Amino acid sequence: MHLFKFLRLIPVLIAAALMSGCDLVLMSPSGDIAAQQRDLILWATFLMLLVIVPVIILTLVFAFRYRAGRNATYKPDWDHSTVLELVIWGAPLMIIIALGAMTWVSTHKLDPYRPLERIDANRPVPEGVEPLVIEVVSLDWKWLFFYPEQNVAVVNELAAPVDRPIRFKITSEGAMNSFFIPALAGQIYSMAGMETKLHAVINEVGVYDGFSANYSGAGFSDMRFKFHGLSDEDFDAWIAKVKASPNALTRDVYRELEQPSQANPVTYYASADETLYHDILNRCLESGDVCMDEMMAFTELGLTMCIAGDPRDREAGSEKEVRELLDLTMAGDNGRSLNQ
Amino acid sequence: MSETTHDTLAGNAERGEPLQFHETTEHHPETGTLLGFWIYLMSDCLIFASLFATYGVLGRSYADGPTGMELFDLPLVAMNTSLLLLSSITYGFAMLRMQANHLRGTMVWLAITGLLGAGFLGLELYEFNHLIHEGAGPWRSGFLSSFFGLVGTHGLHVLFGIVWLVTLLFQLKKHGLIPENQRRLFCLSMFWHFLDVVWIGVFTFVYLMGVLP
Amino acid sequence: MSELDLTKLIFGRLTLESIPYHEPILIVTFVMVALGGLALLGFITYKKAWGYLWSEWFTSIDHKKIGIMYMVLAIVMLLRGFSDAILMRIQQAWAVGDAAGYLPPDHYDQIFTAHGVIMIFFVAMPMITGIMNYVVPLQIGARDVAFPFLNNFSFWMTTSGAVLVMASLFVGEFAKTGWLAYPPVSGIIKSPGVGVDYYIWSLQLAGVGTLLSGVNLLVTIVKMRAPGMSLMRMPVFSWTALCTNVLIVAAFPVLTAVLAMLALDRYLGTAFFTSDLGGNVMMYINLIWIWGHPEVYILVLPAFGVFSEIVSTFSRKRLFGYASMVYATVVITVLSYLVWLHHFFTMGSGPTVNSFFGITTMIISIPTGAKVFNWLFTMYRGRIEMEVPMLWTLGFIITFVIGGMTGVLLAVPPADFVLHNSLFLVAHFHNVIIGGVLFGMFAGITYWYPKAFGYKLDPFWGKMSFWFWTIGFYFAFMPLYVLGLMGVTRRMNHFDDPSVQIWFIIAAFGAFLIAIGIASFLIQLVVSYRRRDELRDETGDPWHGRTLEWSTSSPPPYYNFAFTPRVHDMDAWWQMKEHGYKRPEEGFLPIHMPKNTGAGIILAGIATVLGFALIWHMWLLAGISFLALLAVAIGHTFNYDRDYHIPADEVAGIEANRTRMLANHV
Repeated sequence: MHLFKFLRLIPVLIAAALMSGCDLVLMSPSGDIAAQQRDLILWATFLMLLVIVPVIILTLVFAFRYRAGRNATYKPDWDHSTVLELVIWGAPLMIIIALGAMTWVSTHKLDPYRPLERIDANRPVPEGVEPLVIEVVSLDWKWLFFYPEQNVAVVNELAAPVDRPIRFKITSEGAMNSFFIPALAGQIYSMAGMETKLHAVINEVGVYDGFSANYSGAGFSDMRFKFHGLSDEDFDAWIAKVKASPNALTRDVYRELEQPSQANPVTYYASADETLYHDILNRCLESGDVCMDEMMAFTELGLTMCIAGDPRDREAGSEKEVRELLDLTMAGDNGRSLNQ
Repeated sequence: MSETTHDTLAGNAERGEPLQFHETTEHHPETGTLLGFWIYLMSDCLIFASLFATYGVLGRSYADGPTGMELFDLPLVAMNTSLLLLSSITYGFAMLRMQANHLRGTMVWLAITGLLGAGFLGLELYEFNHLIHEGAGPWRSGFLSSFFGLVGTHGLHVLFGIVWLVTLLFQLKKHGLIPENQRRLFCLSMFWHFLDVVWIGVFTFVYLMGVLP
Repeated sequence: MSELDLTKLIFGRLTLESIPYHEPILIVTFVMVALGGLALLGFITYKKAWGYLWSEWFTSIDHKKIGIMYMVLAIVMLLRGFSDAILMRIQQAWAVGDAAGYLPPDHYDQIFTAHGVIMIFFVAMPMITGIMNYVVPLQIGARDVAFPFLNNFSFWMTTSGAVLVMASLFVGEFAKTGWLAYPPVSGIIKSPGVGVDYYIWSLQLAGVGTLLSGVNLLVTIVKMRAPGMSLMRMPVFSWTALCTNVLIVAAFPVLTAVLAMLALDRYLGTAFFTSDLGGNVMMYINLIWIWGHPEVYILVLPAFGVFSEIVSTFSRKRLFGYASMVYATVVITVLSYLVWLHHFFTMGSGPTVNSFFGITTMIISIPTGAKVFNWLFTMYRGRIEMEVPMLWTLGFIITFVIGGMTGVLLAVPPADFVLHNSLFLVAHFHNVIIGGVLFGMFAGITYWYPKAFGYKLDPFWGKMSFWFWTIGFYFAFMPLYVLGLMGVTRRMNHFDDPSVQIWFIIAAFGAFLIAIGIASFLIQLVVSYRRRDELRDETGDPWHGRTLEWSTSSPPPYYNFAFTPRVHDMDAWWQMKEHGYKRPEEGFLPIHMPKNTGAGIILAGIATVLGFALIWHMWLLAGISFLALLAVAIGHTFNYDRDYHIPADEVAGIEANRTRMLANHV
């Protein structure tokens, strides 16, 4: 047990060493998911160094020891050794088996689509706490965030209460972007006509950087926002501040917002059209458009029911169930069914 | 591996046979044309595989537009298919005539093959024209894009096959059944049968399965 | 009105505004390129070398000359691709905080796209194709490749792709999409200009060349090995070439198909990769990486082969674990098709899919690791000559294992979620492509240069090049790993956070060291040419080589071998030397050889015009050049007179010269 505890210290020590120079946000994140991802990076690196370090040392030693003119042992015809060959193939194999097992487990545990089970290493999600839902839309070249619970929307600023799980639903107006807040959790693409999901939790009060991590055109470099981890009271205050804004996000306002623009200022919208996110996702903003979920529903309902994605995500008994199911299938899980 | 080589070497040396390290006559490696052409066909096959995969992904993305069930005219396609299958058989007859070193017969069967191919193309163009007039052009939906992409690429191949075939007819007339021309006939034969096989895939995967609900 | 239509028919979208004369950087570049080009053309004319170039090089179907031309193309394009890199490094080191740098996004985005496209398609690909072209037939004891004309045509098609990319610099613009041109950004709505069309057609043209050269070398290796050379006696470089060409033949068609569909989307308005009308962007990304991942191994396998030859030659020792080397190569070849999804774990595939592709990726590191150990144990108990190729090899092993390690790290999906698209990723693939492919190519060039030109490269400048490249590499890319861990994303034009600047300055410094490394390489070529008499290789075997290419003269006669060698062992030439092999000095026979032809360069020239016309929507020109292409191609098939015999006297004369040279040497 002591040994195990000591081993758990190793990543922390390496992280501390690396951090001393500059602000390596990936090595000192503030959200539980990102922290687990950090540990994984350090463990994987440690495992691989078991092979890499000897190789580098051997390269230098052999190059020095057997260079011409030094008259070390010379065996020009020696070209085979079964034992050595076994080691050569076996050692990397062992490491890859270990790493592969780690990969399998961690990929499932840290799947961004999977609702959180814990707030941090020591605290499970308390009974009855529902995740905060935030709907994310990437536009050319800014971020639009909907808070459906609070019925507000914000451009280029994001806030969430500390220690409450967050459930991001992410889509795009056009270009593919990647929604990434390094201190919080790993990134996920935003794609037009599809919905991706990300579950995360922020554990420390603070202001963190968020941005698009996938090049999307001229204004991409300024597609940044601040993510505020706030206490519950401060979060309520922040929502109140947004609600106090004179702006409302109607369809017309959105149509204007949709136009390409660079380095947009933070904008608060005290209210937002309730079906706007759905219509952006399903690409039916104009009155004549047929929404993707509906057009698919007519022709393919039977098929989609069969391949409907993660049962984990279904909220049984909810009146929105069918809609959710269709959203899930037609949007986010289009990706899944293609890739699976 | 290397040890066994050493052994044979040692064996040779013991038996006192000097090893011959070069050929004393002109060495003629086998000609690689047929292998090369076959490899090219396999790479072409991968282009079709990509297009089939695309059709597999987009084949039901109707975007509220027409579906295969509404569009496909199976009797027409069946006729088309039989023309192409028949042309493969006639090409086979041309090859038999070639084996018999019968120039005229080869050319006649080849010409018939070409005509059947042209008939196939004509029907396909008629079908495309009809679809576009019905508002079901390749720009209508993902389904139609992938349909035109796949079927059109096959059609283009048939067109090039016919151009090649006509060229070959001239070359046969000029030089007769010399080895070069025989090799070319073999290559075109592989190409022609390959297109046939691809078409069977198209017919089954696109048309037959497309009219299923 | 009709006049306007006529202008449109002839010039398409091309107007005077398409010439970027308002961009000072481009104007200066253009003036320099134009002056340099004119000077070169003038020099050739002054030397009356046009006829010589045309008949001895451009129309040559000799695999050795084509190989050298590929290398020249690669080195010219390396200079272009590297200047892009320097421009980017300066921009990123400069544009921090309030500074906007000197490259607006519109220009900067073209530069990073062009850098990637050029480095992969027009530097790395021609280099490996060039080296394979030069070395493989010699190594397997063949007179030429299986389809010599096709070889010439392939080279010129690759060149015509490069010509289009270069043209985009001065006429119009290049893609602003990143090197793989993901839609929707590369779609007609977000990129209405000609940039993406330049991208599509230059890659399609070059792709034809690559594919045909893949078929060609594959058949060459399968059918034309010297008698007695079973597959398991084939030199490792030829093995890696075989696997690379299998990959080329099996991967490039996918690229052709996916780019054709992108072109249809842009030209006809189809809905393959659109966001609306049922298109599917994810399909593009899947398809392009089904090509893209094997492409990585297409590049690196020949480099592995080069290192295998070099390690064994300069350790004066048989290669350790030949069979396991071969199996490792084959395993990598097969596995490279099962990993493509690791380029987009963040697309939201399920954890089972992600971990499957993550684990297959890791599995590739097992055969790769085995290869590294095999090189190590080849050195073990050898007699290592620290010649320049061996230095590159040692630099490679150390650099490459680091890149391999970060690669495996990126293959762990949850780790990739934070490292994806970051500068960590950029550092990783430069680590393996520079440390693996480029070091391999420089090692290979230094190793086979005496074979190709008859004199060795000057070792002093070779060492300079090596040390500047290696140290420069670490300065340029280690900071990017750190920046990646700081959460800095790739393709950024400017940065708010001032703490990143110092790292970018270090990286820019590294890039300048690399520039000195490249300059040293060019100086090395000049110095070696001037000192060629001192560096002359008269034996044909300057490094005490082990494989057949060293058995013939340097440079080899155009028929390669007066008599086809007969092979009894893996290291055929080593064994011949051990058995005291005597070169035959009489009894020569006429040799059957293919004739030169201008059809390749003419066809590729017309194809370039066709590509240009399609890019600019010049439909009239496109139609004419397409018909011309067809006519010349058909016309070429009417030429049955494609080969000749070198008379025995001529062979005897060339061989007698060599006999005299060998006698002088001793």
